[in-house]
Amino acid sequence: MPPGELISALGTSAARDAMRVTAETIAVAMAAILVLGTPAAYWMSSRRGVLRDVLVTFVELPLVLPPAVAGIGLLVAFGRAGLLGGTIDALGIDIAFTKVAVVLAVTFVASPFYLRTAIAAFEAVDPTLPAAARTLGAHRGRVFFRVMLPLARGGLGAGAALAFARGLGEFGATIMFAGSLQGVTQTLSLAIYEQFDIDFDVALAISALLIVISALVLLSVKLTTRWRSGSGSLTLFAASTRQQT
Amino acid sequence: MALRVRFTHSLRSFDATADLTVESGETLALVGPSGAGKTTVLRVVAGLVRPGTGLVTLDETVLLDTERGVDVAPERRRVGYLFQEYALFPHLDVRGNVRFGTRDGAAVDRLLERFHIRDLARARVRELSGGERQRVALARALARDPAVLLLDEPLSALDTHTRSGVRAELRELLRTLQLPTILVTHDFEDAATLADRVGVISEGQILQVGSPTELVAVPGDAFVASFTGATLLPGQVVEEQDGLTRVALDGGLFVWSADRIAGSVNVAVYPWEVSLGSFTPDDSRMNHVSGSVISLAPAGNRVRVRVGPLVAEITAASAQRLDLRPGSVVTASFKATAARLFPR
Repeated sequence: MPPGELISALGTSAARDAMRVTAETIAVAMAAILVLGTPAAYWMSSRRGVLRDVLVTFVELPLVLPPAVAGIGLLVAFGRAGLLGGTIDALGIDIAFTKVAVVLAVTFVASPFYLRTAIAAFEAVDPTLPAAARTLGAHRGRVFFRVMLPLARGGLGAGAALAFARGLGEFGATIMFAGSLQGVTQTLSLAIYEQFDIDFDVALAISALLIVISALVLLSVKLTTRWRSGSGSLTLFAASTRQQT
Repeated sequence: MALRVRFTHSLRSFDATADLTVESGETLALVGPSGAGKTTVLRVVAGLVRPGTGLVTLDETVLLDTERGVDVAPERRRVGYLFQEYALFPHLDVRGNVRFGTRDGAAVDRLLERFHIRDLARARVRELSGGERQRVALARALARDPAVLLLDEPLSALDTHTRSGVRAELRELLRTLQLPTILVTHDFEDAATLADRVGVISEGQILQVGSPTELVAVPGDAFVASFTGATLLPGQVVEEQDGLTRVALDGGLFVWSADRIAGSVNVAVYPWEVSLGSFTPDDSRMNHVSGSVISLAPAGNRVRVRVGPLVAEITAASAQRLDLRPGSVVTASFKATAARLFPR
């Protein structure tokens, strides 16, 4: 199948809707993961003991759960008949089978990839550097933004890329908790599954798109880790980091 | 300004305790082997470690009082801390590092000028030599206009070549700043050059505090003697005669000492109190040990010569005149008053 036809297959309404839904949901999910996950990872990286181990286990659980179990879990928690469903329902909100459900499913499944890497990235920072910053008059918040974030940046970027890739491919939990409604909850991964029976060319075109995006994400992880380890002579990164100082 | 530190803090295998006062313009050096708890003292003063019990005051200002629940945060303590290996921020350039602690750009420029690092302002930390890093770290620590200076092994990251020059610069800087300063080092020579008073620490305890000359003249125990440069020779007191003590060394030799104790002892002999000759002299010195030279180690204009269990420090000129080389047979001599005895 020639590339031109692949690209035009991406112009069908099913493909365009799926792209829009995916872009919207993954953007919100990634924002939630970064904004909530980064301070959480920093907090966990600076703690030792049982409480931390229990929390990290919780964080890592979605990593090993079968996606279908994650989907059931989300339904039990947030569905109309679920544990929190009654409360949310009373507020006039129904989460299941909406975009919110897609965001929740993606966040639940993708966040461990970010958190694990982010905890390791913060732990890898020489602890005398934040100590030095404090003796230089920086309060905890300033230490976080001026020292810890810039130094852990490479690891955080890699973790974000991994979480993004996992979120993009999310299928099982989403289809169980959010369904596959075109233009509402049907992401690219779900569209491939549906179009497989309807128009194979569209399924093929979307798959090709996901391959390209995944390859770009993996490449960006490679480049950031290469720059971080200092072995790379990547002048384009050196130039951009100097500007930040 | 006078800094007062008193604390007890549990470390992994022992309790670290200290009770020290450092006056304005005075430098106190804490020396001891690594892991003795020297850095803990600095971290308590800086507020990076909260001891079990303790009191830290700077004149009338209370920085820490565990009894009354006062613990001023590190960022509000006005402490200039030079970390071991310097802990410069690798993601900032030299100017960014110095600027981290102050909003005053003009002050940063003055510091860059003062420490001769203005040309390096845009250089990144990993491009700097050891001596340059040390100057950047000092400039950064002073940017906050500290009231106390803490230096953790300021010279150990330097090679021997740059070390003596940087040591002289640092000495001059400490004299100009006139701050109460605590310096931590494992090297007694560094301590003796830079500090007014030296405290010897072992396993969290300060064994003795005094001027460098006092410590060498009257070491309080075998550890202090050995740390200030003495050679320790284990032995057993065998007899007392005419007010002198005769000690049988474990290696089979005998030495006389003017100290009077009994039992198992360590004989401490400073290398600069041992002289070497090609025959056994007949003079006031009572101790003569003949043997062949094991090794020669030049140190500046002197040479440290190992003869049997002893080390003699003689001038390079004398070593040449005696034509010393490994294997030469010589007699090492020292007075009974130079053989100090400590119970073992």
